[in-house]
Amino acid sequence: MTDAISATHSASSPPPASSGGPLSWLKKNLFSTPTNSLLTVLTLAVLAWIVPPALDWLVFKAVWGPQPLAACDAVRGQGACWAVVWEKFRFMMFGVYPFDQQWRPALVIGILVSLLVISGIRWFWRPSLAAIWVVGIVTSYWLMSGGLGLSPVRTEQWGGLPVTLILSIFGIGFAFPLGVLLALGRRSSLPVIRSFSVVYIEVIRGVPLITVLFMASVMFALFLPESMRIDQLLRAQVAIILFVAAYLAEAVRGGLQAVPKGQVEAAEALGLSYWTIMRKIVLPQALKISIPPIVNSFISLFKDTSLVVIIAIYDFAYAVKKSVETDFSWKKYFIEAFLFSILIYWIFCFAMSQYSQWLERDLARNTQR
Amino acid sequence: MLSSERSRNLLYQALLLAAVVGIGWYLFSNTQHNLQTRQIQTGFGYLSREAGFEIAEKQIDYQASDSYGRAFLVGLGNTLLVAGIGVILATLLGTLVGIARLSPNWLLSKISSIYVEVMRNVPLLLQLFVWYGLFTELLPSVREAISVGDWLFISQRGFRFAWPAEHPAWSGVGWGVLAGIALAFGWKTLARRTQLRTGRQWPVALPSILLIAGLPLLIWALMGAPTDIDRPVLEGFDFLGGKVLSPEFTALVIGLSTYTAAFIAEVVRAGIMAVDRGQTEASMALGLSPGQRLRLVTLPQALRVIIPPMTSQYLNLTKNSSLAVAIGYPELVAVSNTTMNQTGQAIEAIALLMAVYLTISLTISALMNWYNNRVRLIER
Repeated sequence: MTDAISATHSASSPPPASSGGPLSWLKKNLFSTPTNSLLTVLTLAVLAWIVPPALDWLVFKAVWGPQPLAACDAVRGQGACWAVVWEKFRFMMFGVYPFDQQWRPALVIGILVSLLVISGIRWFWRPSLAAIWVVGIVTSYWLMSGGLGLSPVRTEQWGGLPVTLILSIFGIGFAFPLGVLLALGRRSSLPVIRSFSVVYIEVIRGVPLITVLFMASVMFALFLPESMRIDQLLRAQVAIILFVAAYLAEAVRGGLQAVPKGQVEAAEALGLSYWTIMRKIVLPQALKISIPPIVNSFISLFKDTSLVVIIAIYDFAYAVKKSVETDFSWKKYFIEAFLFSILIYWIFCFAMSQYSQWLERDLARNTQR
Repeated sequence: MLSSERSRNLLYQALLLAAVVGIGWYLFSNTQHNLQTRQIQTGFGYLSREAGFEIAEKQIDYQASDSYGRAFLVGLGNTLLVAGIGVILATLLGTLVGIARLSPNWLLSKISSIYVEVMRNVPLLLQLFVWYGLFTELLPSVREAISVGDWLFISQRGFRFAWPAEHPAWSGVGWGVLAGIALAFGWKTLARRTQLRTGRQWPVALPSILLIAGLPLLIWALMGAPTDIDRPVLEGFDFLGGKVLSPEFTALVIGLSTYTAAFIAEVVRAGIMAVDRGQTEASMALGLSPGQRLRLVTLPQALRVIIPPMTSQYLNLTKNSSLAVAIGYPELVAVSNTTMNQTGQAIEAIALLMAVYLTISLTISALMNWYNNRVRLIER
């Protein structure tokens, strides 16, 4: 009797479908509709076709560690030769920098990366950050070029990852003040200053970085008197600064436009001068708004420094390329070398882009009330 | 005097002007001096002199005996070709990836986001090196080319495929496609006017397909219906016949479009997410079909958000095509570089190069602005 009652009861009102667990997750996210199921099956089929051989080549059949060339040749075509990274590591990282002095560029990598990390921490966002940057840049320059007790190393011998970091970090450091001035100039009420800024920004943004680098590498020599010879690396650095300043100016302009007009009007009513208003009222608010686009410009800049390869400057990309190209026996493993450099660039850029996205959300939360 | 704001403003501007003119004059006079001492000629006269170098790929006729000016035009043609094809491929791939990222299918959206995060965080130059390396080093030599039937041969020399043999009918077919597209547009406008006037809907899709496909087919049949196919044949050290996509061109187009697609995917995703859910729900309530919903409600609103950032991606792609110089595809920068090395007239060559890129950038911006104005929200 009781059995019959409970049976009819359970038949009329089934228990609620489970809302958790892996099975319901699968149903909800992968097999919710017939189309969806078909897509899932197709995607899985493609993955099953690509992933196992790719993993085999990349990991399981690959040659890891400091192995001789013969070990790589034995598995050629079936497994990657990561031994090339061990073999060429010093050259990839530091290029033709004097071998016994390579602790100096290694230290510079450390200093410059810490500079980036420190700049990302909110606690350091105060005027003293500029001083930290100056100290960091000066120390890196001293370590790289020598003097004051260290043996001098000419810039022709600089190479590898420090050069990439120097080009991008010195680049953003020097381009930043220029970019702020250009952004202010573009919003100025003075016609000459405004049109100069507009023309500069639009022309630079309209041409590829390559042409600016060419200009620096070929034309600077013609522009300056013969007594003033500046070396190739410095020329590229100047070109990068001039180029990035235009993009930074646009990033900062976005921030300037977002500062309410009332802020300036109130400051003017208090009798503050233009530069005081900018320094104390407008820029602190504008720069905070433009931090995410500035970080994005920095990511593009970091990737774009690889273009100096074309004017034959030993940055990280060129050092990696040369490290395999110049050695006939290892040349056939260039893909592995390139993949290693891609990984390094990716780690830097991905970390910065994740930071930029987090920062954007965090700043948005800060201004919401 | 200096206390008045007016005069101070004038002073600042005069100072900037003086500085710009002064620096300009300083650089100019240095340059004059340097050019004289090195005996480098000036002016654009070199453009009409004989270039003397061959260009492997060209859209217009060119020989080594032609002028530097013509070589420059060949480079421009190659840049525009790569940019045009790159823009189309990047838009298609980017839109697919962008939509896939919003898919309710977890697997698909994860794969798409991995694609985006990998591609856009690696320098384009390195990607080009890898593609180029794959096509030139890892593919088999010409003698051991991978063949797909007799139609396609893949080797270190590129992708060589069968192509219809030359015949006047084929250019007629080309014009037929263009005429078909123009007529289809005319029909669409007519159908729209009729609908506005009478409320009756004329079919648009079917007649358009008929016009665009039927007209060329008709011309082909009328002009002798040629069916000869020019197939690649291995002779000596290389293939003869058919058409070829060189490794440089293929690497550049694939590299550019897969890289830019990652950025376009983000643009498309943001655009679709910007359309309010209520819009879709309201159009469902009005009984629009899914196709109409997408075409008449979602897309026009998403496009408004998509177009400005999309424009800058197209511009980036065009500017990035200059990286071809690193893998040896003879586009604008590569040709200018050779010209510069041969004539020594770096200033003119670079000025010309920058002017052309500026013109391309401004033209694309102007076109996209025009289109953007057409689809813009007209505020009350």
